[in-house]
Amino acid sequence: MTNFANPTRRGLLMAGGAGLLTAALPGYVGAQAAPIKIGFQLHRTGIGASYGRWYERTAQAALKLINEGGGINGRPVEILFEDDATDPKRGSEVVDKLTQSDGCDVVMGTLFSHVVIGSAPRAGELKVPYLVCSEGYHVASGMLNRWTLQPGITDVRSQISSMAPWVSGNLGKKVTMIFPDFAFGHDHRDFFTAAMAAQGGEVIAQIAIPPTETSFTRYFPQIPAETEVLYHVMVGPAVLTFVKELGEFYGSGAKPQIFGFIDSLEAVDTATPGLEFLEGTHFWEAHNRVKPADAGEHEGHYREAVGVDDNGASISDAADVATYSHMFSTWETLFAIKAGMEAAGYAGPADRQKFVEAMEAMTDLPYGIERPQGAKVFNGKTHQVFGTQNISQVQGGKLVRVHSTKLEDGLYPDAVDYTTMSF
Amino acid sequence: MAFGPFLLLALMEGLVTSAVLALAAAGLSLVFGVMRVVNVAHGAFFMLGAVLAWAVATFVPGPPAVAFIAALAIAPLAVAALAAAADGLILKRLDYDPEATIVATIGLLYMIEQAALSLYGPNANPVQAPFEWRIQLPWFGYSGYKLFVVLAAALVLLALWAFMTRTKAGLIMRATQVDRTTARAFGINVDRVYMGTFALGAGLAALAGVLIVPISQAHYLMGGDPLLLSFIVVIIGGLGSLRGTLIAALVIGLSDGVISMFFTPTLAKILATLLVAMVLVFRPQGLFGAKA
Amino acid sequence: MKVWLLHLVLIAALFAAQFLLSPYHATNLARIMVLAVFAMGYNLAFGYTGLLSLGHALLFAAGMYAAGLSAQILGLTAGPALILGILGGGLLAAAVGLLALRTAGVSFMIVTLMFAQAGYLTILYFGATTGGDEGFTLPAASRSIAGFDLSTDTPRFLAALALFGAGLLASLAIVRSPFGRTMVAIRENEERSRMLGYNPFAIKLAALVISGLYVGAAGAAYALLFGYAGASFATIQYSILPMLYVLLGGAGTTLGPFLGAALMFALIEAASGLTSAYLFFVGAALVALVLFAPKGILGTIRERWVKWLP
Repeated sequence: MTNFANPTRRGLLMAGGAGLLTAALPGYVGAQAAPIKIGFQLHRTGIGASYGRWYERTAQAALKLINEGGGINGRPVEILFEDDATDPKRGSEVVDKLTQSDGCDVVMGTLFSHVVIGSAPRAGELKVPYLVCSEGYHVASGMLNRWTLQPGITDVRSQISSMAPWVSGNLGKKVTMIFPDFAFGHDHRDFFTAAMAAQGGEVIAQIAIPPTETSFTRYFPQIPAETEVLYHVMVGPAVLTFVKELGEFYGSGAKPQIFGFIDSLEAVDTATPGLEFLEGTHFWEAHNRVKPADAGEHEGHYREAVGVDDNGASISDAADVATYSHMFSTWETLFAIKAGMEAAGYAGPADRQKFVEAMEAMTDLPYGIERPQGAKVFNGKTHQVFGTQNISQVQGGKLVRVHSTKLEDGLYPDAVDYTTMSF
Repeated sequence: MAFGPFLLLALMEGLVTSAVLALAAAGLSLVFGVMRVVNVAHGAFFMLGAVLAWAVATFVPGPPAVAFIAALAIAPLAVAALAAAADGLILKRLDYDPEATIVATIGLLYMIEQAALSLYGPNANPVQAPFEWRIQLPWFGYSGYKLFVVLAAALVLLALWAFMTRTKAGLIMRATQVDRTTARAFGINVDRVYMGTFALGAGLAALAGVLIVPISQAHYLMGGDPLLLSFIVVIIGGLGSLRGTLIAALVIGLSDGVISMFFTPTLAKILATLLVAMVLVFRPQGLFGAKA
Repeated sequence: MKVWLLHLVLIAALFAAQFLLSPYHATNLARIMVLAVFAMGYNLAFGYTGLLSLGHALLFAAGMYAAGLSAQILGLTAGPALILGILGGGLLAAAVGLLALRTAGVSFMIVTLMFAQAGYLTILYFGATTGGDEGFTLPAASRSIAGFDLSTDTPRFLAALALFGAGLLASLAIVRSPFGRTMVAIRENEERSRMLGYNPFAIKLAALVISGLYVGAAGAAYALLFGYAGASFATIQYSILPMLYVLLGGAGTTLGPFLGAALMFALIEAASGLTSAYLFFVGAALVALVLFAPKGILGTIRERWVKWLP
């Protein structure tokens, strides 16, 4: 085993060759070289498809790096992607397929909360670790189960809460919120309203847009005139329409300060015609799309590996803008899986429980190539990771970082202790 | 915002919604009226129009207006050709059986959507309007292009009405609609009428897609909502009645806009949906349909 | 007699399948059986009575939420929750039917579509209770019936089979009863059946309510067996799916819904294993199938070869 613990590139190639042989020669050779299989639920079709494409690219890049560094526990790693159609029913079936049919060791979950919540019960029944990249508050709220963890991205409750001090200190105290009328939007509504109140600010109007809506102008008159800050967040294919219509509505007239979650513009170029009014407005970003001048040492390497230029677009197509503030989660989750499996001495599906326990024992996760978005702290009790957030301003059509939160800004009391639950 | 300007905006938005609905529904009204088949892929034709407009805008150099005019010509023709092929290869062989057609057009929808996803991608991409003109009222700004869409919808519907009532082709289509057996007895080539109708319906959907894309971006799933809304408009208007389709689009678009002033948005949507359903419950033949 | 035998053989074969199939395929078969109950309910309304509804997602969601919320809020276990789900589907079908059956044909299609859309939005509107689009997972304690844990493979499979078997035999009994024949008579010619002294409205309403009981049961069972309830099940896709299953398998055949559901499941499973552009091949397969079997598979088989198929 020693030569597998620290293999050379050549060793890995041999391991790969041995993997090919397994089909013909089952037994001893194959058992040693068998890759660790990670299942990946992917939004390849459906409304999450623009996220899915970048999740796949980022995960592939991290996988390559992990395998170049010797894999996990000296074993090569493989990812099996399967489309969930951005649908909870199919999502649950996909967890089943990846685990039972494809024999994956663990399964990674995806962005849209309803898919994650729909799939988590099946992961719990199969007793397979389910590591989600959805930023939803459903993990730390205690709704899911001991097999579901979110080690790669801060949840939306923490993201939102950490924005309020800066918004109330720099933009204004009277806020109007526009958000989609579904659970993700309700998280924004509830947690930002509470966080603003704690800062002495006030949310004076909440405009919930029905998710079936494809045109938005008619709701803008409901924004009260005394609004100092307009807080917007939107998801899905209609986001660009939403932002453009907001621009048309305000036109050249007076407008409040505007603060948005980058979700409203993920995969959209900020220099798109019609978005000129965004100049000077602010956005939350988890991971800065435009490479900041003072970016950390690993930022360049990460971009290069994934194939993203300094503006956050694909190297091969400048019009193909990444879902930059979300996709790092798949990279960091893969490295968290590696760390967890190595800490647990993971050898096969029988060690799945040991793997979850090893994950729960994690705490400080320092900045490094494993975590290009920044240092994080994992809370083993709530199965949720916490990191820093950024606020950027649109300057000259580009997002420029103007503020970074501290990790403490986004912490909140535990709502659950999964470690006390049975497996 | 004060009530007056608010109402004005709601009416303007309602009018634009109506125009979009009428445009998307016009083609469906034809297909549904003449051929009596439910074309589930109608929304996909609409989406193809928008995506082709994006493709034309990307590859045709020069100002946006040139690309837009090119798209207005190319997209409907390309989509109409595709629809004619689908008619000849699939629908005709099913003898336009209403149930088999539903399955076949669901299959067609899957194929078109997947092709768009694979070739065009999952992003919603913008297409520039042919002209930049924003009306700045004292209370709010408004896109001049949206008003142009209202005008364009009126022109398209007028042209369609003239075609159906003033040309021989339109007469033949209406005759086939009333009774296809008799039409055949009078020497009308019903197969060709059907193929032409299906192609014309798809072309109109694509035209609507081109006109709408500067407002609502090109996305491979954008056909879903227009499909549902067009069905609703066509049925509420009364099957085969172009005038009914137009009035139903106005009723639905404006009521949607105005109701949204008074309730929280989702509740407004629920009420507007139920209201329209009730129109049909108490007038099953639609607003302008003949009494059954 | 041979008709009953055929159905019993299918049920017995499905029972045996759990021992022959891998746990993965057995679980998928459980899913297919529940979806087949959904489709059987749709078939009774559409295939036998001619009621082309585009709103059955509403009834599926009614069953799902009646069972799911009563488990979540009242702490009911699977048995009572299932009964509430069945009732929920039936009651809502009655309410929808009283209004929508004033219309016919395409108008009926649109009215049911809009009621379902309003229902979907209502689930979102009451998001604080329903969990909105995210939905909620069912408490583990509720997922048991007579001491059997429905979140484990064998009880889940047997529960799905029991529901499917009961539904299948009941649907066979219904369509072979005098009432079933009047359903078909109304589908074929409503005016004539009226002249023969039947009350088409009452019969259509009854058929729709029976359909609602089936669909409500399927929705409730889906939530209880797989542990999740969410608004996506109330969207238009879930109104189109049972129609697709029924048309694919054969409208107006008792076994068609099961065949259609299984075929569609297998089609997606096979195509997604071959290519990431799998929807294209699913679409092409649908077109090909309908070209070869325009009446659905069993419908075409019955028409050409096996005339006695129910």
